[in-house]
Amino acid sequence: MKTTVATPQADQAPSTAKGFNVGSIFRQDLGQIPVAIALILMALYFNATTNDLFLSARNLSNLTLQSCVIATIGLGSIMVLLLGEIDLSLAVVANLCGAVTCIMSVFHHFPWWAAILAGLAAGFGIGLINGLIVAFLRVPSFIVTLAASLGYQGLLLHILLPNTTLIITDPNLKGIAANYLPDYLGLGLPILGIALYAGYIILTRVRRLRQGLAVPPLWQTGVNLGVTIALVALVLWQFESYFGVPIMTMLVLAMIALFWVLMRFTTFGQHVYAIGGNAEASRRAGINVNVIRVLIFGLASMLAAAGGIFLSSRSADADVAVSPTLLLQAIAAAVIGGVSLFGGRGSVWAVVMGTLVIEGLENGLNLKSSGDDTKFMVEGAVLILAVIVDALLRRRSTAAGR
Amino acid sequence: MEPILQLRGINKSFGAVQALRNVDLEVYGGEVVGLVGDNGAGKSTLIKIIAGVYAPDSGEYIVDNRRVNVTRPQDATHLGIETVYQDLALCDNLDVVSNLFLGREDTISGLPFMNSTEMERRTIDVLRQLDVKIRSVHVPVSALSGGQRQSIAVAKTILRNARIVILDEPTAALGVAQTRQVLQLIKRLRDQGLGMVVISHNLADVFEVVDRVIVMRLGRRVASFDIKSTTTEQIVAAITGAEFSNGIDGQGASVGSTASVNGDEGADDGNHPAYQHESGKGSIQ
Ligand SMILES: Nc1ncnc2c1ncn2[C@@H]1O[C@H](COP(=O)(O)OP(=O)(O)OP(=O)(O)O)[C@@H](O)[C@H]1O
Ligand SMILES: [Mg+2]
Repeated sequence: MKTTVATPQADQAPSTAKGFNVGSIFRQDLGQIPVAIALILMALYFNATTNDLFLSARNLSNLTLQSCVIATIGLGSIMVLLLGEIDLSLAVVANLCGAVTCIMSVFHHFPWWAAILAGLAAGFGIGLINGLIVAFLRVPSFIVTLAASLGYQGLLLHILLPNTTLIITDPNLKGIAANYLPDYLGLGLPILGIALYAGYIILTRVRRLRQGLAVPPLWQTGVNLGVTIALVALVLWQFESYFGVPIMTMLVLAMIALFWVLMRFTTFGQHVYAIGGNAEASRRAGINVNVIRVLIFGLASMLAAAGGIFLSSRSADADVAVSPTLLLQAIAAAVIGGVSLFGGRGSVWAVVMGTLVIEGLENGLNLKSSGDDTKFMVEGAVLILAVIVDALLRRRSTAAGR
Repeated sequence: MEPILQLRGINKSFGAVQALRNVDLEVYGGEVVGLVGDNGAGKSTLIKIIAGVYAPDSGEYIVDNRRVNVTRPQDATHLGIETVYQDLALCDNLDVVSNLFLGREDTISGLPFMNSTEMERRTIDVLRQLDVKIRSVHVPVSALSGGQRQSIAVAKTILRNARIVILDEPTAALGVAQTRQVLQLIKRLRDQGLGMVVISHNLADVFEVVDRVIVMRLGRRVASFDIKSTTTEQIVAAITGAEFSNGIDGQGASVGSTASVNGDEGADDGNHPAYQHESGKGSIQ
């Protein structure tokens, strides 16, 4: 009964070449190279047509500030999209929680940090409720969050009654969007981040060598680190040519980095991707799918709340009028950056690319004094393009499956 | 030699439909049992009972000669009994390593961070052990062929120290070369001492890989054959319940036990002859 196990050409079993090259970093963590190229072309075009205004240090600094709200809410929408769900209430939740922070600060005289915590907690709570309805009552998330967004718009109107806006007085709250970090933080934090990243790469290399696993050639690791350092240095140089690194920009980047670590290196993040890929298989693998769903909706709404607080800080008030394009732009930022609407695919860093495309267009067209008509049409076209690419990629990957 | 897994007198009804009637099953280490039968014969129901997805209405579930209670899938996996369903339960978006460790990732000493180097090393070990060939353990499983995907699903059970692996139609969607690949894998696991149960509608595959065939019809186990002394016609006859059949229930054709391919569907509670397993079967050491 002995069978022939030998197979002809026994090419040594599974190869392990882990893609540690620049290309894979872009693909996995910064969206896609095509998006990066489009971004560079767009920047060059706007710069050429605005007398070098677009790429001036001042404009770039402002561009990052304008991007913060969408990037933060976009980060929240990525969480939900990775699960294969969608949250249409994020923009309203953002305004609502921004208003909560303002009310706590103005009427209840909370210190700035307590007011912020109150806003974030409100967001988390709202998200948990959405998540509970989606996970346990099995109502499709788009309808739950659509209904929620209507309800919370009402609540927003209600808590600001009898006014429609509420002016912030606390200088610390206003300062988030208005102030810049001192150099020891503005330069120190990025350097710390780079050092941690380099340490991680080197440690991984050592561990893999010790385990007898394949490692990329040393020059590749070097190029990878070199490019990262060069990029960060370029950005810092731009910031330092103006007033320094804006507080809000740093906060957003820190949040993205934090969520990247959560999603990429922890079992929790791994399970989110797994659920987005195949919820039933995840459940059978013993993953508590419902608990993760609820938590992700909570985290997403908390991020939306942070976005709302940034929004209030920038405009120095809370407003009942929610920008009609905010939600779409946040989701678009995710999708343009390569996060799939079908779940389970894309990196947290996608939001950087996606937001820069959207806000870059907005900013550049503003500099060229184009009207809303042009802006909406261009942004709409870009979004459609991104969604088509997503659908095509998905079709290719499912076709390869069989 | 005792069977690792034994089921005795299993009954299961879904409302008015009696899906299983007094079914026995035994699986030894180092053998491949083929489970065949027409659509609706009760094969899937039987393996779902083994896997703990359904609880039987009555009957005994015996592992290593001890009666056990298996009412949840976790109960079965704790006993080393793993099932690969037809849908394979893979996450297409995740790579091979992530799929193999899904839900039981290695972490770095108590922290919630994954120990990816360790997982990768163990992945390579198990794939090498099973002689599964793939380009890279970092490709998403959506990029793999059907045979490779099936192999990954099987490797998953091995990582969990399975002793019995149950495969539901492992070759149904595969081409010739890929079918060969999966059958080789099944033989390799058998040679490593695992007990395998393979559901298949493809008798060519059955003859290729199986040591013993159990035929089910209308919720009953109607025959059991030692593959070496059986013809396709005998199995087909047992599956269809043809009048002229002379399938032998019990110990393969060589043992002259009472023929029990019962054509009388009326006798619902007809007793089956006892399936005492004899030693000396070629496949069992
Ligand atoms: N969940 C269920 N509810 C009701 N009836 C069921 C259920 N599962 C199976 N049955 C019935 O039990 C009988 C056996 O079904 P089962 O799926 O076990 O057959 P099978 O041998 O796997 O068939 P196939 O080859 O088509 O997969 C059938 O009559 C089927 O309709
Ligand atoms: Mg079936």
